[in-house]
Parts: sequence; C-alpha cells; structure tokens
Amino acid sequence: MTTIEHEPQTRTQIGRSQPRRDAHEKLRGRAQFVGDILVPRMLHGKVLRSPIAHGRIVSIDTSAAEKIPGVVCVLTGADLHDIDPYYGHAIKDRPILAIDKVRFHGEQVAAVAAETAAAATVAVEAISIEYDDLPVVTGVEDAVADGAPLVTDRPTKPGLFHGLGELPPRDGNVCYRYTLDRGEPEAVFAHADIVVEGEYEFPSVYQYAMETHTVIAQVEGDEITLWATCQHPFLVRAEIADLFGVPTANVRIHVPYLGGGFGSKSYTKMEPLTVALARKAGRPVRIQNRVGESMVTTRRHNMTCRMRTAATADGRLLARDVECLFDTGAYADNGPRVVATAGDAAPGPYRWAAYRVDASCVYTNLAPAGSYRAFGATHLQWIGESQVDEVARRAGLDPLEVRRANLLTPGEEVRAGGKPLDADLIGDVEKVAAAIGWGEERRPHVGRGVSVGLLAAGAHPVSSAVCRLEADGRVVVLVATTEMGQGPRTAFAQIAAEEIGVDPERVTVQGADTRFTPYDRSTGASRSTTIAGLAVQRAAADIRAQLDRIAEASDIEPGDHLALMRKHFGFAGGELIGRGEVSPVGTGSYAEGPVFWEVCVGAAEVAVDPDTGFIEVRRTATAADVGRAINPQLVTRQDEGATLQGLGNALFEEMVYEDGLLLNETLLDYRVPSFEDLPEEMTCVIVENEDGPGPYGAKGCGEGALAAVPAAVVNALADAGVPMRELPLTPERVWRRIQDLKEEGKWQQ
Amino acid sequence: MEIALSVNGREVVHDVAPQELLLDFLRDSLGLTGAKRSCDVQVCGACTVLVDGLPVSSCCYLAADAAGSEVTTIEGLAERPEFERLDEAFTRHAALQCGFCTPGMLLTVSSLLESGELENEEQIKRNLSGNLCRCTGYHAILEAVADLAGAG
Repeated sequence: MTTIEHEPQTRTQIGRSQPRRDAHEKLRGRAQFVGDILVPRMLHGKVLRSPIAHGRIVSIDTSAAEKIPGVVCVLTGADLHDIDPYYGHAIKDRPILAIDKVRFHGEQVAAVAAETAAAATVAVEAISIEYDDLPVVTGVEDAVADGAPLVTDRPTKPGLFHGLGELPPRDGNVCYRYTLDRGEPEAVFAHADIVVEGEYEFPSVYQYAMETHTVIAQVEGDEITLWATCQHPFLVRAEIADLFGVPTANVRIHVPYLGGGFGSKSYTKMEPLTVALARKAGRPVRIQNRVGESMVTTRRHNMTCRMRTAATADGRLLARDVECLFDTGAYADNGPRVVATAGDAAPGPYRWAAYRVDASCVYTNLAPAGSYRAFGATHLQWIGESQVDEVARRAGLDPLEVRRANLLTPGEEVRAGGKPLDADLIGDVEKVAAAIGWGEERRPHVGRGVSVGLLAAGAHPVSSAVCRLEADGRVVVLVATTEMGQGPRTAFAQIAAEEIGVDPERVTVQGADTRFTPYDRSTGASRSTTIAGLAVQRAAADIRAQLDRIAEASDIEPGDHLALMRKHFGFAGGELIGRGEVSPVGTGSYAEGPVFWEVCVGAAEVAVDPDTGFIEVRRTATAADVGRAINPQLVTRQDEGATLQGLGNALFEEMVYEDGLLLNETLLDYRVPSFEDLPEEMTCVIVENEDGPGPYGAKGCGEGALAAVPAAVVNALADAGVPMRELPLTPERVWRRIQDLKEEGKWQQ
Repeated sequence: MEIALSVNGREVVHDVAPQELLLDFLRDSLGLTGAKRSCDVQVCGACTVLVDGLPVSSCCYLAADAAGSEVTTIEGLAERPEFERLDEAFTRHAALQCGFCTPGMLLTVSSLLESGELENEEQIKRNLSGNLCRCTGYHAILEAVADLAGAG
C-alpha cells in the first residue's frame, strides 16, 4: 500500500461532471440485471408465504405439488435438518424457511423449483398447510406490555456482523436497546422556562427499489455460486458460508447492476432460501420476488416516540429526553443498527447541557424491518426539529436564529467519545433557507421550514481496491462497490484517472465477483466515495509511484505509460498492479466512529389547502455538504432523488397493516412519488469545505436529504398553522387536524 | 397458438400460450430483456414497449393481442437515428441512475415527443406520470425532456 505524500498540483479530473460511465448501456437496455441473466439448466423458484401473521404449523402436505409436471422439488423447513438454518447478521433469529411457527404475514414457508415459472406457481398453490392461530403482536406498545405474547422464544444468538459490542440477552420482545446519557436532564427540565413535549408516530415504509430482490443460486459439491441483487456481497458471502458449512472462498457472488437498492438489498435477504432450494434441486434456481414479496422481505421501521425539549425563555436549548420504540417485525434484520443510529440522531446537533435517549428495537408480528436510506435520522429528525421550531415560536424568535444560537460548530463534540463535528451546519442551514426565499413575505396557508441533523455515516471503514494498468495504457479498477444508480463507477474512474494521469474514458470499473474483486465491507451508509474511493485512490497512486520509479531509472517521460511499461517488462505485455486498502487502524475504532457525520440539512415551502388538507410542496432545498464533489452533477442528482423519497415518506407512503395483515401490497394501493409530485423548485446546494476523510477531502452524500426533507416539510406545515405529530401527512390526517384546531380556536384563517 | 408480428422492424412468427404476457414473450422467447418487470399492475412503466407507436405496459398486455402489430422495444429504438438525441440529452443531464426504469421511460418519451404531448413542463409532468423512477426524483429527466421538446 502506498501513502500519498503529495497531491497533484492541479487536478484535472476531480470536480468535473463527467458523463456517467454506464449511461451508454443503460440507455440502450443493455445493462444486465440479475433477472436478465440465464444460467444453463436454471430452474424457476417460487415461494409459498404465510397467509397469517402468527401461528403454529400443524402440517404441510406437498404431495400434490410434487406430482405437477415440471416440478423438480419442493422445499420445506423439514429439509433443513442437516444445517443450523438460522441467520441474521445482527441476531441469528431467522430461519431460512418457517420452522414450526410462522411469525408474520408473508413469511417463507415452502418453496418450489420447477422447469417453468408457470409450473412453479401452480405447484406453490397445490401445497396445503394447516395452521393453528397464535395471538398476534401488532404494535410496539402491545409488544412491550406486561404479559405480551413472545414473538420468538429462542435465545438471542449474535450474528456475524452485529458490530454493537456485547449483545445483551433478549428482554421480552425487546431484542436490542440503545441509550445515551449526558448530564442531569430531570434537573434541567424542572427549572426550564420552555418545555415542549409530544408523542409521535412514524409509519412503516417500503423502499421500492424498482428491481425486486432476485437471486440465482447454483450448488456444486461444496461450491456455491450466486448472482444476487445485493449491496454487501462480502457480508452475504460470509453468512452463506456459515449457514451451509463451506469455506468462505467457496461462495462466489456475482453482482451485476442493481435496479435500485436504498438499503433494501443490504445484508442477506433471499440468498439463503435460493441456495437451499438449488441444493435440493441439484440444479441452478432463480427466485425473483414480486413487489408484494419484496415489501415483506424488508421495510423501514415504523416507530413511536415520546420527546421533550427544554429551553430558556430566550431560546437557548438546554435538555432533551427521548424514548422511542422501533418495530423491527418478526426478525431483527438490521433493526439494532437502525436503532443505534436513531439514538445518535435523537439529540440533534445542538449544544445540550443534558440529554437522555432510550431507543428500543422491538419484535412484533409484522414483516422484518431493516435498512432504508438515512435510517434512524429520518425517523427522529422531523420530531426533534419540530420541537426546536416550537421553542422558537414560544420564544418569539426566527427558527433560523434559534439554530444559529444553538447549533454545534466544527470541532465540537457530537457524542461522547465519538468523532467531533466535521461540518459547518450554520453555513449549511443559512444556504438552504436562502434558497427557498426565507425572508420573503408569507401568504396565508403558506409556510416555510428548515431542518438540521446529522447521520452517523460510513459503517465500518474496511475497503480495498486493485488497479491494473494494462500494456495498452488502459486501467481496470477492481472494487466491489455495488453500482445501484449512485454512480461509483463514474466517480472511481475519475479518481483513478486523476491519480495515474490517464483519460477517465480509459478506465474500466466493474462490479463485484467475490472470487476476484478484493474485499469491500458494504455499499451503503454513504460510504463508497469516502472509503472505497480512498482505496481506489491509494491503488491508483500505487501505480503512479511504480511508473515514477520506472521513469527515474530511464530517460522516458513519466507520462509516457506505454514506453515505461515496455521498458519495464521488455515486451508489449505485462501489467502494473496497484493495491489500495482502508482499515480502521489509526483512524479510531468503530465504536468511536462514525467515519464522518453526514449532514442532513434541508428547507421547504409548502401550501396547505384548508378545505381538503392537501399539501403542495412548492420549493425544496438541500445541502450536499460533501467536502469535495468528485462529480458535482452526480452529487446534485443524489440529493434530488433523496428529496423525492423524502416527500414520499413525509406525504403519503405507508404500509397499512390490520391485525398483522398487510393490506396494500401492490403499487395500486401503495403509492410512491411520480412526476406529478415534483416541487416547482428544487435546489441542491453543494458545500465544499474539503473537511471529509475521503479522497481530496470528500465525504459521502445521498442520504442526508431524505432525513432533512420530511422534517423541513413538517416544520413548514406548522409554520402554515398545522403542527403534526404523525406521518405521513395525508390530506385526511391534515384536514382532521385543521378541524381540531378550529374547535380549539387555534386556527388562523 | 401461433402469432405473427413485427418486432423492432423484423417479422416474427412464434408460438405463444393464450395467457402469455407480452413482457414474458419479449424477454423469454425473444431475449429482449430491455423491458423490465417491476410492479405487475400497470403502474410503474418499467415494462413499457410501443405497440403500433403507442406506449403500453407489456406486463398487462397479452402477447396474442400484439399479433399483426408493430412492436418496438428499447433495443429497436436504440437502432433508430432519432435515438441519438435522446441518448445525448439523457446523458448530458444524467437523467438516469440505476437504469431499471430508463428503457420504459425513453420509449414513452420518444412516443410522446413525436405526438407533441411533451410541449411544456405541465404536460411533461402529467404525461410521464405513468413511468415511475425511484432514483432520480424526476428533476433530471424533466430537464432532459424539456430540452428535447424545446429543440424539437
């Protein structure tokens, strides 16, 4: 590994909006996704899912299904007796197929492999199962009540990658708890001039990556090969190797382009079941989820929260008290990490004398909940920021003024023992406020709001990359970052081109094949440009150093790569190999993290129709505080995408459950934002203070806007006269609130 | 049953099952995988192809109903000279991310550009609302299409 001693004087490739490297093939429909791949002798897999939320499996009869022409095998929990069939990177609580019990509507109970998709579908319907209903745990409050039925009675067994220190035993239905304490909050609350408090609800949300979870598995002896829609191929590899008892290197995962991820394809999802089915069938099998199946494969946690904020009469923030219950469904998935990140986000980036945060991850009989872009921060920021605005209202101050007075400044402590603040939040919020016309005259029923937050980003900082300089002067970058739309292949080509001194057009970046691409922890947590990008920069700098050494011993120009290669190898072949690595050594431990604080700053202007409760979002602005924008256009595009997802989360997205049954399992009933939901004005302000730990001072983006926008919308709506404590802000909910306000005499015409 | 149709300008005669969807026929029988499966209920537009020049959701369209028609998929559109403009505008504006909705989006855009139904921002937002994109937030696509409509 080479350390970079001096950066190039002039950067020619960095900060330029190079066209996306994948545009050509994606625009022509040539980009391959897992569902486009055909493996010889591949069978079609279909899954039978539980029609009830909680019950004991009395009997499974597969005999009729097995007789259907074209069916190769039917898999049930009874087939998994030769392995320990429980997995989960955080908590090993999830069976590959339901064993003895089903714990949520949609849980995998059996699977069929057949020659055609039609035969598999018919066979799934021919399986007959008898259930004995068990009491359904449908809400977090019920789940933590005394005497609540237990969703799982198995002891907690930590997964391979929980990363949460000592994992305590399960407490009833609470599988993980994260707490923060600072000072003496109760003493502060007792004497505070202003105390704002409330109870809040955040809904269950579906990530809707347009490409559903799709996996092809092939098992030959102790070699397992997968083509999978996965964001974290190396973590999935380890879990598959562990589950099926084969050496890690024998599990080979290919990751082509992903049709969106947003966290829904992080960690292990449909891979274990597909492998188990292929293992029994003795042939490769593909399982491709339908939308309704992906919705119950993973979703965003619904949550209830009680929060209090104390302040002085002149708007100085003093203390905060937060209690929240996250509904992780029947299996933990990434719930513990979501809850820890939420806990970190809960106080908000202010100078508190005291706070207390108590966040719990709770099992219920809903579908498992895991990662979705800006998790934790999206859950808490709108609540905390609405209380800051309420403090401003009671103190008679401009919300921007309260933030100027209380926000942390660069270098100040965010969380005890953690990384100090590495961003100019006051500058950021002033920029987004200006972008939506903060000081302009307000009209009736129109409101403006800002919001500020931080998201612990970067996950565990382990990534590596290899650069190969070929004899024809072209460069191949091997790095396992998953291209799911966010553009790492373009950014990495720019970084490698910059370091080696070639045209980015001559750099090829491909996706993961875990047998050949070097280790990368994951694609998520806004980490790829910062951490994998740093590994690419180091690998490319290693090539540059080798070229310089060859040049020093000759009279060839350092920029004449072809001549240098020919000189070094003595013929027109050979290749230089550069190696780059990032590991936590010397950069602080995971517990002391995060790698960086992702900035979540946004502003919105909304108009509410008092007769219908309909909200029109007119203007939004977000700050992409990225340290250094490798490709400014792609940075802007990340914020725009996150903004619309934020509007969906704020205004109408919600998975509706009744007695544990999911009611809206198609896109007819679950609405995601369309073209018509685009605000009139959408601004992304790029902030470049070169204060990130990544290449050229870069730090990640793409999630912050999703946390910031719902909070800004909620604050804007309150500014328009309608304070809300429940998302999404559907017209019905808003209209009812307006009627309540009218009755209370608090509605301003 | 046997159907005859034109796919991307080539005559095709093929056996299809009566209940076979056009999407499955194109992807599985003809290997034209540019049309994508996502919602299955005619909401998302990822499976959009043109039948006699008009956009349809091939996930809810029987292959048999396409008999005698001219079907255009992204693979066919990409061979046409006018595709160059779409390519240039979408690339310049980075109006794509994961690329899963992109083929369907381009087919709808090409059809509606031709019929003059994307003349202003209002029209673009309304008439493209049957093609979902979860990545871009639509802003970049709006810019690219507005450019194309202006230049057309």
